[in-house]
Amino acid sequence: MWQRKVLAFLGAAFVAGTWFAYRGADTGGSADAQVRRGMDVWQANNCVACHQLYGLGGYMGPDLTDVITMRGDAHVRAFVQHGTQRMPAHPLTEAELDDLVAFLAWVDASGQGRVPDSAVHWTGTFILEP
Amino acid sequence: MNLAHRWHVRLALLLLLATLLFGLLAGLAYMYPAIGQAIAFKKLRPAHVSAALFWIITGASAAVVHHRTEAFRLPRPTRSHAAFVAIWAGSIVAILVAYALNRFGGREYWEFPPLLGVPVLVAWLLFMVDHFRAWRHRPADPPLYVWMWTTGVVFFLITFLEQNLWQIPWFRNTYMRELTVQWKSNGAMVGAWNQMIYGSALYLMTRIGGDDGIARGPKAFAFWFLGLSNLMFNWGHHIYSAPTAGWIRHTAYAISMAEWVLLIDIIRGFKAKLAENRRLGHLTTYRFLVTAELWVFLNLALALLMSFPFLNRYTHGTHVTVAHAMGTTVGINTMILLGSLSWMLRIDQAGAARRWMERGRLLAVYSLLVFWVALIVAGLIKGWRMTALGITDHTRLMAPVDPVLQVFVVAGFGVAAGLAMAALPLLAASFKPLPAVVPVPERPAATTVERP
Ligand code: HEC
Ligand code: HEM
Repeated sequence: MWQRKVLAFLGAAFVAGTWFAYRGADTGGSADAQVRRGMDVWQANNCVACHQLYGLGGYMGPDLTDVITMRGDAHVRAFVQHGTQRMPAHPLTEAELDDLVAFLAWVDASGQGRVPDSAVHWTGTFILEP
Repeated sequence: MNLAHRWHVRLALLLLLATLLFGLLAGLAYMYPAIGQAIAFKKLRPAHVSAALFWIITGASAAVVHHRTEAFRLPRPTRSHAAFVAIWAGSIVAILVAYALNRFGGREYWEFPPLLGVPVLVAWLLFMVDHFRAWRHRPADPPLYVWMWTTGVVFFLITFLEQNLWQIPWFRNTYMRELTVQWKSNGAMVGAWNQMIYGSALYLMTRIGGDDGIARGPKAFAFWFLGLSNLMFNWGHHIYSAPTAGWIRHTAYAISMAEWVLLIDIIRGFKAKLAENRRLGHLTTYRFLVTAELWVFLNLALALLMSFPFLNRYTHGTHVTVAHAMGTTVGINTMILLGSLSWMLRIDQAGAARRWMERGRLLAVYSLLVFWVALIVAGLIKGWRMTALGITDHTRLMAPVDPVLQVFVVAGFGVAAGLAMAALPLLAASFKPLPAVVPVPERPAATTVERP
């Protein structure tokens, strides 16, 4: 049965691919305790319902991958605390805000939210330095 | 259909109706901040997306149970199936209540607190117990759809577990790993439910068309393997723009491009489809399946274009992605599931229900076309302004996009009305005794079948 052989091959490739994908994803700064707390704040407040990181998430608000470099942390704090007409205010404690900003700075340091022109290869793919 | 299976079907249909309601409200909250202040988008979006995904998975599992029982000539589903339905329904209600109470787990698509994943997992394990009991009775040399159901059932478990790996600290050591764990599993999970759903569509086509050949033979299996490779290795396209290892991006790109074969095959099969349509076009199930095929074509064309990284730069992070997500979940998955449910509940033997379903289908298809095109146009405008013009101020960026999104919301009312018109007669039928089966028209004498 050739079908069984192909299936076994695909299964093995899947396991190997999974292993390499996770093991290889060790580029960028590693998360310290504050960043991990910030991740929890980000998740518990469901910021992803309206915001994207690397283009992924809900689409009501802007992508926040590079927000710390682009706007600075005071801007982020102000938006989160006071909200806008469309974004709800989030009454977080100072410590939670610090953690959230640390998380966003960590994401920011991991790469650029948008692919620059120079990274597009002639085959159509991107060459990005991990 | 026993009682548990009837509730399985009813739960699926209720989830579809909930999806439509939450979707409309989310659309309104998105467009009109005043409405958004009254009913938070933050709660509505997860409620809509979770209801949608649970509609699809609940519907897909109900289809597998039913078609499997027919195909294997089995006794009814077992007690573990009944336990699955009860625990599954309870978890979904708990998830919606958690959103209402502002409790989130905050992961894309599965935005509920992680603890609620435990009953979801237990329920699925019970579903698998029932499935593998039935699997022992499979025919020798099973047709392709049997394999598809089983891979779907197994991969749902694998991807669900993988999605939750983030709770182990190692998986969040770096942001690239965190991103990988999220999108590898999400990407593959879509493939898992597609296996269950496409398997059911294939089964129904063999039954309606009276030709088992399409579920056998090397070509059918070759296409299936392409689909499986897609499930396993094409998740990389979600994170093209992130600096992960190059091979992840290149593999996804290569596999996406292999899918052109499918598009070409659909175009080549077009003529044969027309002849088949003359023979079977009066059957409700068939009409929904053909509608889904049209949407496979449209979405595949869009997906192939989006999979060229250099084009993906303009579509990623815009409403083109939403068009892709809803185009496939509504146009393909929902249509196949409605077709499958109309087969299970024998809608063709129920006059008024059948007419409502047909009107609903037409309204839904035309509205969906407007809905889908509006999302694509909105996304392209945003993508162009963001990538080519480099606009970063959100309000300025979105100014010309918002009017197009109003078209999307208006069309959304048409989609919702059409799908509700199709779903309500099914829900009503699930409470009535089933009419007797009328045999499907024979193959050769086909052309003599009159349209009623
Ligand atoms: C209901 C949707 C919604 C939620 C939830 C939400 N935001 Fe926003 N956010 C927006 C919108 C929309 C904007 C754009 C400004 C506007 O149009 O009012 C925005 C703007 C921002 C900005 C300013 C970005 C810039 O480029 O100037 C930051 C920072 C921000 N949000 C962070 C957050 C964080 C952190 C969370 C979670 C605690 C969050 N937001 C939750 C909708 C939301
Ligand atoms: C069966 C019907 C439907 C299904 C299966 C469905 C499915 C989905 C899915 C999977 C998403 C996530 C998209 C993404 O993040 O890329 C989504 C988002 C959304 N859907 Fe639907 N949907 C349905 C009907 C509707 C209807 C009728 C409306 C009404 C306008 C609607 C409005 C929305 C909105 C506003 C979003 C959020 C987009 C954003 O993040 O900004 N949906 N839907």
